[in-house]
Amino acid sequence: MNGTIAKLALQALLGRRRFFLLLAFPVLLIALVTLITALTDGDAAFDILPGLGYPLVLPLVAILAASSVLGPEVDDGSIVYLLAKPVNRYVVAISKWVVALAATLVAGSLAILVASLITGDTTRALGMFVGAVVAGTAYSALFLAISAITRHAVIASLMFVLIWESLLGNLFTGVAWLSIGQWGLRVGHEVSAKLPDPANLTWAVLASIVVTVAGVWFAGDRLRSFSLRGED
Amino acid sequence: MSTLVLDSASRWFGNVVAVNDVSLSIGPGVTGLLGPNGAGKTTLMAMMSGFLAPSSGHVTLDGQPVWRNTAIYRQIGLVPERELSFGYLTGRQFVRANADLHRLPDAAAATERILEEVDMVEPAARRLDTYSKGMRQRIKIAAALVHDPAVLLLDEPFNGVDPRQRMHLMDLLRRLGDEGRTVLFSSHILEEVERLARHIEVVVSGRHAASGDFGAIRRLMTDRPVQYAVQSSDNRALAAVLIAQPAVRAVSLRADQLDVQVDDLGSFAVGLPGWARQHDVTLFELSPSDESLESVFAYLVAR
Repeated sequence: MNGTIAKLALQALLGRRRFFLLLAFPVLLIALVTLITALTDGDAAFDILPGLGYPLVLPLVAILAASSVLGPEVDDGSIVYLLAKPVNRYVVAISKWVVALAATLVAGSLAILVASLITGDTTRALGMFVGAVVAGTAYSALFLAISAITRHAVIASLMFVLIWESLLGNLFTGVAWLSIGQWGLRVGHEVSAKLPDPANLTWAVLASIVVTVAGVWFAGDRLRSFSLRGED
Repeated sequence: MSTLVLDSASRWFGNVVAVNDVSLSIGPGVTGLLGPNGAGKTTLMAMMSGFLAPSSGHVTLDGQPVWRNTAIYRQIGLVPERELSFGYLTGRQFVRANADLHRLPDAAAATERILEEVDMVEPAARRLDTYSKGMRQRIKIAAALVHDPAVLLLDEPFNGVDPRQRMHLMDLLRRLGDEGRTVLFSSHILEEVERLARHIEVVVSGRHAASGDFGAIRRLMTDRPVQYAVQSSDNRALAAVLIAQPAVRAVSLRADQLDVQVDDLGSFAVGLPGWARQHDVTLFELSPSDESLESVFAYLVAR
């Protein structure tokens, strides 16, 4: 962990217009849940969380955060200013990931906790929060790795979330074994049995750890081989 | 005192060869890397700064490989051609971040010292995106120099910089070279390289075409056969006179002009008016037809 890299990554995150988009998602989610809680009886408001907040807002926030701390600098090559330094490239990747993770946890997981608490049932809300922390951690590492390999990181990450996790995940239950969102829910299930129980707990925990470690390691490895190509 | 060595380094992208078997050694003082656009200067610079692996051959700094060796950046300062995208930082914050990344014991003092050196103390409180091209170039140099490196690599540092600031930058680089640092800069403009560098390396189409002090390179370039177009009152008579001169290699008649290929520029320039007057020929126009740098380079490669 390198404080200077993390500080610059935070400035990159806060200094771009994308940041307002990053803020808009949790604000809208909480507003929507508040509105529906006020207007309806029963549990209609909570359904927004497993239906929209958890599978969509959380990964979108993670995508925006991960691509903001790394994407633009890799795209325009200005990351050479950070890399032409006696700093281990894995440390660069870890420092950037920590910032993306913090943003994901605050704008994603914390927002989900707040929204769940509004609907009542503290245990269930805590379960959602634990699930969102687990999934947010793995998402941010995965999307950081994707940002390190392709210029189209946002598109590629969106495809993963929308097509793999949401579309195919709803059609085939087996996808739950290879879905970050489902792993998070499985861990959250340990806190509150009201959450669904896909896959196996050990698998969910191990797979989340593997994706997180491998994602950050892979991003560092790409940075180690970062090449400048001339316009000629 | 550090020496950067390329040992038969080549780099290809797919089946395009960007750098072809280049061996050179760059020592203390200011060296200019001269070549036309697309000659592979940026690729060479990237290999020398550890941002590109050579496809074959070796690039070393004082015996240490440069690729995948982050420790090398203690000795290297790099000024890439890339623009800074850290527009939200002030000049001082940017240089300070560079000092911090090098873990300098007194980063604040080093930052102020180098801002002074590049004459950027006054605008250092402003954001980078308010800077002129020359100021951005100087702040990039400050960031590359803040850790007092033995080697400074600059890719096209004078591109888009106005003449007054260019003078200023040149003075700075000359001073750094005189201090015993190894300073290497690339450029496609001969005059720039000539004014600043004592030693010149020429690359053309990915090949190392020439190497030497600027006098030797200049002589190579001015002694090459030169093509002139001449118009006169009697082209045919003038052609007969010219072909008799040892300085002239070839003459050909075109519609209303003579194409003359000259070997010895000096004696041709001195002799031409006299030869014309002797034979009652009036010269209307004399113009060099291939003075572009590209033709100079083409000659060096074919040599």
